[in-house]
Amino acid sequence: MTPPPASAPPESMIGEGPIWEGLVGPFVEFGFLRRALVGCLALSLSAPPLGVFLMLRRMSLTGDVLAHGILPGVALGFLVAGLSVPAMAVGGLVAGLGIAIGAGAISRATGGREDAALAALYLAALAVGVVMISWRGSSVELTHILFGSVLGVDDLALLMMGGAASATLLFLAVAWRPLVLECFDPSFARAVGVRGSAWHLGLMALVVVSLVAAFHAVGTLMAVGLMMLPAIAARHWARGVGAMVLVSVAVALAATLSGLLLSFHADVPSGPAIVLAAAALWAVSLVFGPVEGLAARWWPRRHLEG
Amino acid sequence: MRAVQELAVRNLTVTHGRHPAVHHVSFRLTPGQKMALVGPNGAGKSSLLHAVAGLHAPAEGGIEGAGQVALLPQASALDRSFPLSCRDAVLLGLWNEAGVFRAIANPGRVSDALAAVGLSGFEKRPVGSLSAGQFQRVLFARLLLQDAPVILLDEPFNALDARTAADLLEVVRRWHGEGRSILAVLHDLDLVRREFPTTLLLAREVVACGPTDEVLSAQNRLRARMMAEAWADDAAPCVRAA
Repeated sequence: MTPPPASAPPESMIGEGPIWEGLVGPFVEFGFLRRALVGCLALSLSAPPLGVFLMLRRMSLTGDVLAHGILPGVALGFLVAGLSVPAMAVGGLVAGLGIAIGAGAISRATGGREDAALAALYLAALAVGVVMISWRGSSVELTHILFGSVLGVDDLALLMMGGAASATLLFLAVAWRPLVLECFDPSFARAVGVRGSAWHLGLMALVVVSLVAAFHAVGTLMAVGLMMLPAIAARHWARGVGAMVLVSVAVALAATLSGLLLSFHADVPSGPAIVLAAAALWAVSLVFGPVEGLAARWWPRRHLEG
Repeated sequence: MRAVQELAVRNLTVTHGRHPAVHHVSFRLTPGQKMALVGPNGAGKSSLLHAVAGLHAPAEGGIEGAGQVALLPQASALDRSFPLSCRDAVLLGLWNEAGVFRAIANPGRVSDALAAVGLSGFEKRPVGSLSAGQFQRVLFARLLLQDAPVILLDEPFNALDARTAADLLEVVRRWHGEGRSILAVLHDLDLVRREFPTTLLLAREVVACGPTDEVLSAQNRLRARMMAEAWADDAAPCVRAA
């Protein structure tokens, strides 16, 4: 009697069961996916803290405005040089910084009631950008720019993502105290001589840099999702700024990993996949988070003695 | 605390656009003086205080000795939903010595300051969970740490219960006892008469400034009440000497 044939030997390093194959295999097998993962994980460390500060300043909408605002610049870079990473990055940076300064001027002119003007601004920027790209590009290129493509992360794009993340983390390490002070009590900050507007400008500049760095992987429209959704989710888990930042980073890391896997297995653009994962984590936070979560309201626990 | 110096406001005008919030105001706050700033709503009291604290650039005139002031803002002007613990909120008062980077020497001072305003054990409480009175106590604790020679208080006892107001008044008395100068915006004239030897009566310009009993005469208060509250868009440009 011949013994039953031994099970087929693994064809590669990755044949270690369906879980391994589904979760780790794609990254082992495909270099472009690995690059997108590394870049997005780097940005997951740096973008959510920026989102936390935007949220605390009640500027959640401004992230969206800037994300839309970089689009005409990216489109101009595309018109001049095609899908060239440096050209689109330079265009996006210039347009984003211009919009940041413009939005600040609108905010000052309207005494902080800028939401209507900002909504107008970002609709206009989106329309201009899409028109410009459609003029010369195909719908594939439009989708790539708006929603990202893991194939777009070449070495230069990866360097930009890593650079943006490093610059942001350094800036936050230096600017932490003035940013908190300026968010909580701007007039006190001015009275004790904190140059609040300079720190704020640095924050806005890094928001733009992060969005520009992120857009190759996740698209101009979705880049802001990696910034704001983890921050908004973190609000339901933490009562201090520091804890909020840590939770937001954890949420972003989880969303990046699961989003890229979703993108790979379900063959959907990477940007929406990551944002979808972040949105799911936000929904969980909204329901189950201990701070202003819905579950605590639906099933209130007995109050304490004191 | 640094040595207390005189605060001299000379011919100060603060405007919103082209309309004067206060104009051509001059007065001195001598070292150790305790002065009440009194006037009807819209008289420009907060604007004057903000200008002295450096929050509002004056349109005309100037302030000497402004570098030594600390301001208690109106509590309603702050975002109390901000995720900050009482400890961190009070720590902000050490900005001038800690700055962006430096370590905080002797952080036990925060607990001492909280204890001095009756909030022992509140270090970890989020400011969002405090009552109006407790929040005002936190702002007083921050002022304690600022340790400024000249203290400006914008309606410090508004919307407080009697006990909180009495406790915080005691803090103000202690500051005065330490030789600091105090300028406080107040509406309770009985309190002003009891506690503040000098008063500045303001109605967009100085109505009277000096010993409280003389300043708060019926005649002066009537003049302050007759202040033109409305802005006149067709008013002529002011020609008073700068």
